[in-house]
Amino acid sequence: MNTINDTICAPITANGIGAISIIRVSGPRALEIGDKIFIGKKRLSDSPSHRIYYGRLINDIDDVLVFVFRQPNSYTGEDTIEISHHGNFLISKKIIQLLMEYGARLAEPGEFTKRAFLNGKIDLLQAEAVSEIIQSRSDVAVRSARKQLDGFLSNKIKVIRDYLIEVSGLLELELDFVEEDVEFVDKETVVQKIELIIKQIDDLLKTFQTGKYVYEGINVLILGKPNVGKSSLLNRILNDDRAIVSDIPGTTRDIIKEEIFIYGTLFRFFDTAGLRKSTDIIEEEGIRRARMLFEKADIVVHLVEFDNIDENLNDFNLHASNKYIIKVVNKIDTLTNEQVSKKFSKDMIYISALTGYGLENLFETFKNFALEKNVYSEDLAVISNVRHYEALIQAKNSLINAIESLRQNFSNEFVSVDLRKAVNSLKELTGEITSEEILNSIFAKFCIGK
Amino acid sequence: MKSYYDIIVIGGGHAGIEASAAGARMGLEVALITMDKNAIGRMSCNPAVGGTAKGHLVREIDSLGGLIGQLADRTGIQFKMLNRSKGPAVWSPRSQNDRALYSLEALKLLTQIPNLEILEGIVTKLTIKNRRIESVFLNDVEIKTRAVIIAAGTFLNGKMFTGRVQTEGGRYGEPKVAGLTELLNEMGFISGRLKTGTPPRLDKRTIDFTSLEEQKGDEEPQFFSYLTDNYYLPQVSCYITYTNQKTHEILRQGFLDSPLFTGIIKGVGPRYCPSIEDKIYRFSDKDRHHLFLEPDGLNSDLIYVNGFSSSLPADIQLKAIRTVPGLQKVEMIRPGYAVEYDFFPPYQVDLTLETKLVEGLYFAGQINGTSGYEEAAAQGIIAGINAALKIMNKDPLILKRNEAYIGVLIDDLVNKGTDEPYRMFTSRAEYRLNLRQDNADRRLIKYGYELGLIPAWAYEHVKKKEQEIHRILEWSNITYLKPEIANEILRKYNSPEIDQSENISKLVKRKDVKLTELLEKSEYRFNEDPKISKEAIFQAEIELKYEGYIKRQTEDIQKFLENENILIPKNFDYSKIKSLSMESREKLEKIKPASLGQASRISGIRVTDLSILLVHLK
Repeated sequence: MNTINDTICAPITANGIGAISIIRVSGPRALEIGDKIFIGKKRLSDSPSHRIYYGRLINDIDDVLVFVFRQPNSYTGEDTIEISHHGNFLISKKIIQLLMEYGARLAEPGEFTKRAFLNGKIDLLQAEAVSEIIQSRSDVAVRSARKQLDGFLSNKIKVIRDYLIEVSGLLELELDFVEEDVEFVDKETVVQKIELIIKQIDDLLKTFQTGKYVYEGINVLILGKPNVGKSSLLNRILNDDRAIVSDIPGTTRDIIKEEIFIYGTLFRFFDTAGLRKSTDIIEEEGIRRARMLFEKADIVVHLVEFDNIDENLNDFNLHASNKYIIKVVNKIDTLTNEQVSKKFSKDMIYISALTGYGLENLFETFKNFALEKNVYSEDLAVISNVRHYEALIQAKNSLINAIESLRQNFSNEFVSVDLRKAVNSLKELTGEITSEEILNSIFAKFCIGK
Repeated sequence: MKSYYDIIVIGGGHAGIEASAAGARMGLEVALITMDKNAIGRMSCNPAVGGTAKGHLVREIDSLGGLIGQLADRTGIQFKMLNRSKGPAVWSPRSQNDRALYSLEALKLLTQIPNLEILEGIVTKLTIKNRRIESVFLNDVEIKTRAVIIAAGTFLNGKMFTGRVQTEGGRYGEPKVAGLTELLNEMGFISGRLKTGTPPRLDKRTIDFTSLEEQKGDEEPQFFSYLTDNYYLPQVSCYITYTNQKTHEILRQGFLDSPLFTGIIKGVGPRYCPSIEDKIYRFSDKDRHHLFLEPDGLNSDLIYVNGFSSSLPADIQLKAIRTVPGLQKVEMIRPGYAVEYDFFPPYQVDLTLETKLVEGLYFAGQINGTSGYEEAAAQGIIAGINAALKIMNKDPLILKRNEAYIGVLIDDLVNKGTDEPYRMFTSRAEYRLNLRQDNADRRLIKYGYELGLIPAWAYEHVKKKEQEIHRILEWSNITYLKPEIANEILRKYNSPEIDQSENISKLVKRKDVKLTELLEKSEYRFNEDPKISKEAIFQAEIELKYEGYIKRQTEDIQKFLENENILIPKNFDYSKIKSLSMESREKLEKIKPASLGQASRISGIRVTDLSILLVHLK
């Protein structure tokens, strides 16, 4: 079992991107191990916290800068060094090997953050935001995750929290202060207030899909008959100036997956190119796979040739929600304007994968999709964590139960059971709501004191 | 007076009564020290017991074998169940009481208890040895002991205020206790200051009741104690009247001399029981406030003006109250006053109410920052029981939050502390549906019996009732009523008729439908003891009617108990866990929670802290 007593290391910058990469070493032996591989003017073990040293790594691996952080004033709360070296995958790999030789262990994904959390450096919400920063690979995602760190989501949550306190106060008032000379709020008003909370929750729930787009990217499937030009189109997109190809290409058998940043948002392209190429795959198996990808896709590029312009996708469940299907007509370079005009439709995009004609329209379409889904919105509080999503759903259901109890004229202590349940579901998001706070809201608003 | 007692209780108020009675009835030698024998059980404030959530406390104390329920019943001159229009969980019994008789009865009950001795005098010294309590000096005479329970109420350096007039004392006409706070401070205890107030007392003979709204007690009263079957005393009414703009105007003239507004009183007062001047100051748009005129007793000419608590100058109080309908010619027998007193922030005690600093020393009642007879009595009985259990080398009695309001009370005090006099509310209990006043015996009588504070016959009664409840529940689940039989009842309550047989459990969930009727129609064989039968049907009906809610709450309780059952060793060293923030470490060190659940309720302890703790506990 891994314990918090060992020393861990890992690159903390993305592989291959940028001129400089950084490797972090954290744990009780970080400085000691550092001294074994680093040749500088001063021993790292003798250094105070928050210092930078220039020097060389042994075996002439690279010239590096080493940052020293002493516990508890580091990200993880432990002794930490960060080795800043030239951005090259091979150099990173050598340094990691060296560190492991001298007693460090390769960190698991998110382990630095886990230690920061365990050492009380960050709270759970922050830890989740950090892990999302690490996992999310798009600009917008990084911005959004930052926002969450800054408490943007927390602000939104605070509104919900305040409403919950207010409604609880109104319910409790009638129970604990029955002989007071105060006017109790009628049930319909309470119902309306709870509906307001539900609306706030719904707003947040709606951002979940957006959150997924922001953090996980948008899935694009290119679908079409053999030889319609699917691979050419994908290559054309990959080679376009507007696209930055990610360093992690994933080619699984029969399916090509490419990750591309377009205007700062991650798009994941699936090309079914291989599906019908291999003759040993029977037709049905091909269709089954294409269907599977179709379900996952957010955007479907239905690529056709001009002759087959009326082709439809009846093999697929076209009524699936949230799917955006664009028909793209390829090989437009082989046609004359006159030919095209006969069957022109403004709902289609005409391109030539070969010459690049019309590609800007396709990019514009991708961008518009993202815009429509609010992916670019800067001041957006999004829910992207499944656990938060489920907590909100649970809270919503409890609130619906509460309204049901009110409508059936159950006394407030029963309504309060569900309200408390809602409060508990949201506890991780909103923090605890104590009965003291609820009483406070009563004393502040009503003249109590028989 | 002997030279040794197992337990010495200091203070003869509502906490002291329960503490000494419990200790003595559990078989130990107990001394109760009071300055004045005749002041035992004296009601300092309103002549009433119970009310929302407080009534629950009284029922619980009664089920543990305490005295407050019996005292309230024996001296009750009006009984009322509050919140009757709501669900059963928030029904709360309350009584008006004869103040003088209450004291007499308290003294009488205590005198009847063997091995309980009442000593008059003043405590001049407490000694400790090896962090254990060793002896109490009563009027400079040493008495050895193994446990001391301090229940000194508002008397520790008590100071009373009426306008600019200040009098030393803990209650009208009674001296303060000087020196005890200082003794405790010397031992290392931290003290603070709290404030509370009381309204003027009026002469009944000068009030014109004819124009006032009368408030009678319930026709069919429910008593607090399992020992009570009927009234002891004749019943009387309360009256309601209102202040007006003129009243407020006069009161405002006294603001300049108000010890509250001029900062002379430093202690924090309770927000739920503000003075009349505070009410008109903070809610200036309210043009009237209601006042309850409560009789002080059957043979007393005093009237207590509930709602008119004040520390304004006496002449202003009188002038103002004479603007109130019915009170135009009233004579004030004595003015209201505010009282400021020392308390010891309750993080200094653990869940048994023993102090963390000195073994064998317990605090109970207002000294822990609470307010109210019922809250005091609850702590008194718990302190008395635990002091006795410790001497007998037995496990302590700690009631959990899902078991009793008493548990909620003490858990709140120890973990959250209080910066105003703490009073119980039903909203403080998260498992309110289960903590009903009607099932206090089902929840607690087994403890009372095991401790020797409840007689066997009473315990047997509850056991039989429990069996009967189960029999009814089972019957209701398996017995189906045919439409022609059920519809006869349903029609009566305008409830939609059925066309297929339905079981009793389902039918009873319909609005207004009574379980008794359904049982009768199904030819259920009722228990031959009508008392058990009646009580059992009542309990079963609640469980069936509100089944869905109670089930949801039971799920919550299961979750709650998970953390409650993860125990933290008594001498756990928090300083070892470097990953805890300094602030959290200090808090945990201060409270010393007994379980992870308790730790979670300490204010300022975060989810992160709990995860860290959990990692280190495993």
